[in-house]
Amino acid sequence: MNNSSNGNPLTRVRGAYSSASDSVRDRWSDAPGWARWLVYLILIVVALVLPADGIGNVMSPFTDWPTLLFFPIGGYILLAIGLNVVVGQAGLLDLGYVAFFAIGGYTMAVFGVKFGWSFWEILFVGVILSALSGIILGAPTLRLRGDYLAIVTLGFGEIVRITANNTDYIGGPNGIGGIPHPPTLTEWTIPDNGFFDALGFGGVQPFKYGALDGKPYYYLMLAVIILAIIFVKRLENSRVGRAWASIREDEDAAELMGVPTFKFKLAAFAIGAAIGGATGVVYASQAVSIIPTNFPFILSATILAAVVLGGSGNLPGVIFGAFLVAWIPERIRGLAEYRILVFGGVLVLLMAFRPEGLLPSRRRKAELAEGTGGMGTMGAEIGGPVTVVAGEVNE
Amino acid sequence: MSNLFNQFWPYTIDGLSLGAIYALMALGYTMVYGVLRLINFAHSEIFMIGTFAVLGTLHLFGMPTNVSGFALVGLLIVLALVGGAASGGSAVILEYVAYRPLRRHGASRLAALISAIGASLFLQQLFARLVVPAAFDLPKEKGALPVQGHFVQKSNVIHIGSFELSNDRLIVIVGAVLMMLLLDVFVERTKLGRGIRATAQDPETAVLMGVNIDRIVTATFAIGGAMAGVAAALYMLRFEETRYDVGFLLGIKAFTAAVLGGIGNLRGALVGGVLLGLFEMYGSAIFGSEWQNVVAFSVLVLVLMFRPTGILGESLQQARA
Repeated sequence: MNNSSNGNPLTRVRGAYSSASDSVRDRWSDAPGWARWLVYLILIVVALVLPADGIGNVMSPFTDWPTLLFFPIGGYILLAIGLNVVVGQAGLLDLGYVAFFAIGGYTMAVFGVKFGWSFWEILFVGVILSALSGIILGAPTLRLRGDYLAIVTLGFGEIVRITANNTDYIGGPNGIGGIPHPPTLTEWTIPDNGFFDALGFGGVQPFKYGALDGKPYYYLMLAVIILAIIFVKRLENSRVGRAWASIREDEDAAELMGVPTFKFKLAAFAIGAAIGGATGVVYASQAVSIIPTNFPFILSATILAAVVLGGSGNLPGVIFGAFLVAWIPERIRGLAEYRILVFGGVLVLLMAFRPEGLLPSRRRKAELAEGTGGMGTMGAEIGGPVTVVAGEVNE
Repeated sequence: MSNLFNQFWPYTIDGLSLGAIYALMALGYTMVYGVLRLINFAHSEIFMIGTFAVLGTLHLFGMPTNVSGFALVGLLIVLALVGGAASGGSAVILEYVAYRPLRRHGASRLAALISAIGASLFLQQLFARLVVPAAFDLPKEKGALPVQGHFVQKSNVIHIGSFELSNDRLIVIVGAVLMMLLLDVFVERTKLGRGIRATAQDPETAVLMGVNIDRIVTATFAIGGAMAGVAAALYMLRFEETRYDVGFLLGIKAFTAAVLGGIGNLRGALVGGVLLGLFEMYGSAIFGSEWQNVVAFSVLVLVLMFRPTGILGESLQQARA
């Protein structure tokens, strides 16, 4: 760290932040198993009491907090986890990720309204269908690299949206209304005593999916998020995850070492798409009606921003990034019309301040410093006072 | 289908004039990509700024209507200059604020892309909420409404059978081709142009040969932005209205055109733009205009499947790895 010698206060803040986040990460990787489980347990408890009124008053004075936690916060987090598989792990740039979210949403709407299937059946079908669409999109396009893939996926996202807009069977621009809520699992009610009342949980039925209370949907989303985290985390530490890392760092080398890169890239696409589709199904089950404009390009860009902002490739970072990206515009709703303006400015500033993301993984950080990691650095970076040394790995 | 055959020439002319605007805008994407390997997402907002600069100038002249003859030529040159200056200037500022800090830290291209998306949102909203309402005296919520400016007296210059060419479309096509030729000469013949080509080919060697990279990058953004500004003037001539998000879809299409022709390749931008414009118009003739954009993106996917580096191949100078 040669930052300390530099007098620029911004650089010093950046250096301090960087070493703080590094030390947290090191402590975590040295922590014994029981300590980690303790942290997981605490995190789950925190997630469970998160919709409490007291927290809501601080976090979201303008909108209903549990509903906000369901979507956009929960939804963005799940989407970011899915996109992170594609962008963060396999190093493929996908600018049309919203397409899979839309396919999931429309699956829920069509099967729920036209065929009367129940939510749980549709969740299964929706995941399969969106994974299939990921394979259909990926098979012809994954031979392309980098930015070509980015623009093709962007085009695919637009094609899906416009097709939904032009197809009468799924309602055209009016979308589909009257989507059924998930069936009630149990009427069990949280007891109405002083303790739960104080938190605002008294009388809540966490497994009854009605029209008014956002909390049951939040818990549903939370369950899907936790499942997705376990699934993705297990993949990351498996042969598949190592294959993705090798593709991300140097595709040619990976291919030469015998990694079937195309197959693994397709797998990343399918898994990312499946998670996006699941988000769509859960979202539509709460939203009652969906229209094509629910799935604009800007949502793809926002989710990508969440992934990169948090530190692509690192799950806690990505989740944190998605939370910020979903929460900041809602929290500053007081600024009403200026919130997207502020959001755009914040993105530019944060990237200038910390281009590797808020919480990058050690490996990703090293890759970025080396200029590998799927995307590489920009062509003409020379000329700056700081020359990047690819030595972060040796620390 | 019969629609297309009955109205073949109108669709072709429309496609060509649309394609000419795509091509001019694609130049900005392709040049920045060639030098920085960055998809400059905010280029669509650079174009948007150009349209508002042109509109502001028209207001300044008291909204002339039905201009023709030499007055029209003069007005067009002034508008192109103003648009080019506004867009080129804002592109340089954009590079300085949003991309240069990232280049200094050797940030990943993904981070630069996010910065570009952020800048795009910022500029779009800045104009929608503050600049346009203030400059055109509109109530704040009206920033989203189209703002009109009609100045050219439309007439058909050529008229043979079903082939009709109106003057505004002709001006758009000729103007775009002229700018393309100018740029081509500039990049091929001048010292700065050689610097741009050298940087695109191999930045490290270019530095070793004494090329000032920062100056080259600034020049690239200025020229690409100026091209978008001229495109904005032609767009205002042809479509006569603009709004804060006018650049969004146009920008995506222009980038598509750049990729179609072979990104980083200046002549490819022309080929890609014109082809995309034609495909779109023919597509909308066959399938109906609501499928226009689907046709455009499908063509892109198909072309890239069979020719992954675009029609003319990628390179500002030569193919890069």
